[in-house]
Amino acid sequence: MTSAPQPVASEDVVLAVRDLTVSLPAGMERAHAVENVSFELRRGQILCIIGESGSGKSVTANAIMGLLPRSIRVSSGAIRLEGMDLVGRSPERLRDLRGRVVSMIFQDPLSALNPLMTVGAQIEEVMAAHGVGTPKSRRGRAMELLIEVGLPDPPLMYHQYPFRLSGGQRQRVMIAMALALEPTILIADEPTTALDVTTQAQILHLIRDIQRRKGMSVMFITHDFGVVAEIADSVVVMEKGHCVEQGSAEQVLKSPSHLYTRRLIAAVPHLTGKDRVPAEAAAPSPVLKVEGLVKTYRSGSALFGRQRIVPAVNGASFDLSPGRTLGVVGESGSGKSSLGRVLIKLLDSDSGSILFEGRDIARLSEAEFRPLRPKIQMIFQDPFASLNPRSTVGQILTVGPIAHGVPHKLACEQARELLAHVGLDAGTFDRYPHEFSGGQRQRIGIARALMFKPKLLIADEAVSALDVSIQAQILKLLDQVQRETGVSMVFITHDLRVASQICDEIAVMHRGQIVEHGPPSQIFLNPKSAYTRELVAAIPGAQQSSARSAGSQSTLAGHSHK
Amino acid sequence: MSGFLLNRLVQSIVLLVIVSIIGFTVLNLMPGGPLAQFGLDPGMSQQDVQRLTAQLGLDRPLWIQYLDWAWRLVRGDWGHSFRDGSSVLAVIGRHLLATLLLMGTSTALAIAAGTWIGIRGATHRYSLFDYCATVGAMVALSVPTFWFGLIGIYIFTLKLGWVPAGNMYTIGDGSVPDYLHHLILPSLVLSLVHVAIWSRYMRTATLDALSQDFVKTARAKGVSERRILLKHVVGNALLPMITLAGMQLPSILTGALVTETVFTWPGMGRLFLDSLGYSDYPVVMGLLIFSAMLVLLGNLIADIVIATVDPRIRLA
Repeated sequence: MTSAPQPVASEDVVLAVRDLTVSLPAGMERAHAVENVSFELRRGQILCIIGESGSGKSVTANAIMGLLPRSIRVSSGAIRLEGMDLVGRSPERLRDLRGRVVSMIFQDPLSALNPLMTVGAQIEEVMAAHGVGTPKSRRGRAMELLIEVGLPDPPLMYHQYPFRLSGGQRQRVMIAMALALEPTILIADEPTTALDVTTQAQILHLIRDIQRRKGMSVMFITHDFGVVAEIADSVVVMEKGHCVEQGSAEQVLKSPSHLYTRRLIAAVPHLTGKDRVPAEAAAPSPVLKVEGLVKTYRSGSALFGRQRIVPAVNGASFDLSPGRTLGVVGESGSGKSSLGRVLIKLLDSDSGSILFEGRDIARLSEAEFRPLRPKIQMIFQDPFASLNPRSTVGQILTVGPIAHGVPHKLACEQARELLAHVGLDAGTFDRYPHEFSGGQRQRIGIARALMFKPKLLIADEAVSALDVSIQAQILKLLDQVQRETGVSMVFITHDLRVASQICDEIAVMHRGQIVEHGPPSQIFLNPKSAYTRELVAAIPGAQQSSARSAGSQSTLAGHSHK
Repeated sequence: MSGFLLNRLVQSIVLLVIVSIIGFTVLNLMPGGPLAQFGLDPGMSQQDVQRLTAQLGLDRPLWIQYLDWAWRLVRGDWGHSFRDGSSVLAVIGRHLLATLLLMGTSTALAIAAGTWIGIRGATHRYSLFDYCATVGAMVALSVPTFWFGLIGIYIFTLKLGWVPAGNMYTIGDGSVPDYLHHLILPSLVLSLVHVAIWSRYMRTATLDALSQDFVKTARAKGVSERRILLKHVVGNALLPMITLAGMQLPSILTGALVTETVFTWPGMGRLFLDSLGYSDYPVVMGLLIFSAMLVLLGNLIADIVIATVDPRIRLA
């Protein structure tokens, strides 16, 4: 809207969206999901559409695919696919284009495949749906595709059911399906968001590689400017249903013109590689001293054999000083969340000790530990699921302290003070969680944890469910809280960029073990273990940053400050 | 799989023992007893009753009676009916086919109709059809079956004269059309409530499957709506229904107390009521154990079927 795309030779444009407006049913937050959005996707290019949740980026993609839910419809504008307007086409005509001319892959590869069909059958289905080939030729093509997307042992893979595959492998299957009929356009809706950072790097590489080889055009939807820096040729920035800025990737990343773009880029957590200045000098005695902690999961029946034993935490040891933050980073399955749960005794450890203020809490019974519970509090990942929808915010905050003997009136006073402290207004106290946004709810979650004046906070992926701009605010709040109260924090995250922002020290976990432990400067600039190196190299947008200036801020920030 | 089966077998035996102990105790706590009916009979002296009591072994302590009964059961002897002395298994056998015919028909009807209504309700959510199905299910669930039975008899037998009011066949006829003629009303009445339950579950399961990401993937592949429904939605929606079908299995063989009574159907349900009335302990205990075994068997079959059709369990 702000900057109209430059007209180009029309044969170069495979997809042109003109003044697209999609209206929402009455009674929603706003009247339009997207309003007057225009952009062009050129042949053989990757266009990134970036925006936060609610920006309308997925709605735009679904409108192009003809996959909008019945209650939402395109009210005006045009979507031209190689000169043909898709708006108002019959469902049958759109169905014919889907999978053949325009393909799509989705965010969550774990749920995007039918659990009851083999991988091969699902790939063949797209060809069968368009009447392409014979059963035999389709089978051959499916094998080719499995090889093309880099899956190991295609004949075996062909007969596998999705549950046997990892997230990255499933996303490769999705890509194989999308490529089966050599579509002109691939729409990728946050295809790497649900993946671990090393897997994300591989999938991004695969998409770019295939796009170049096939000369395909890709519309890539993301919320992550790091991903944009990795693969985009051009960028469209969306905010609240409007297209606020567009241009080449270089132009948008280096000299963003719109205020929102600048804010978004600035909010992206970047690898600082700089060590945090601690709030106070390290006290001699650590608040938490963990030694040789082991947690093993056992499943299945020991009586009848076939027991599965998974070492979730395997000999973890570390110290945490008062007022400091330890980051625990790792990929899914690394044991970082199990470690957090063992520390707060939601899970019992198998061996090792957890010295909290000098006392080994690992061996305490539930009854003995209860008086200590208020001192160790947790901030949860999902701000939507972790607050009881039937309680007011006031009740949520005060129920714990009252249970521990704080007088009702005093608890309410403290709750009101804390709500103001975390940046929420006085009216919050009597309202219900559903009235708040994700970021506000996480503030409530933080206030709830602080009600007990804890010595130790365990934040398990506390900002992972939030948009980057909200993420930045919450990180700032946590930093402020720590400086004011001197609380120690164990900050569990899969996002190394976030960890680099808030942690004094970082422990990298891999398969239950802490493979490296040190200050951010060591972890990010001079990693000792091979796994850490791999992890850091996989961070989207990281290559450019390390090439540029080691120790300074990453590409993104670098771009925006030029 | 064999470990799983062994595990379940041990669990089942423990459960059967518990069920039989509770059943045996409750039965003997009831006032009266098998010989109470002779108490007012002038032809029976006190000695006669005592002799009978001793003959039937009812004068022994309860736990000895239980152990004796259980030990016989283990050896395959289900005991003999107090009423006519025929073996309990023979009594059950005489009533089993009648119940199987009635319950089998009504369950098949219920599953077919319930599945269709459920799927259609989900694909046409909030349509007139969906509202009618919802209201219909509420009515079928909240109105007692015997009322439907009586109303059915009133309308279709007394007013219209289309179907007989009860019994399984006309004495002296007994041809297949005659059986079917007698079967229509009771099986329809019985299936009503099961259609209601099945269609509600099926609707929820279908909606759940429809909202899954893989349905969106199939749409993005250009698969037709019809094939999406048949290939992707129904299969996944039926998975949770298998458990429900497994729970339904025992009732196919143990019958329906009320409906069989209303339609004087000579099935297991009526046998149970009659045997209770006569304090025919061996038959009642036999039926109790029989149905408990069927419940366990039904669940086991459901689990095995799920394990067979769901690759996540089959191959895990």
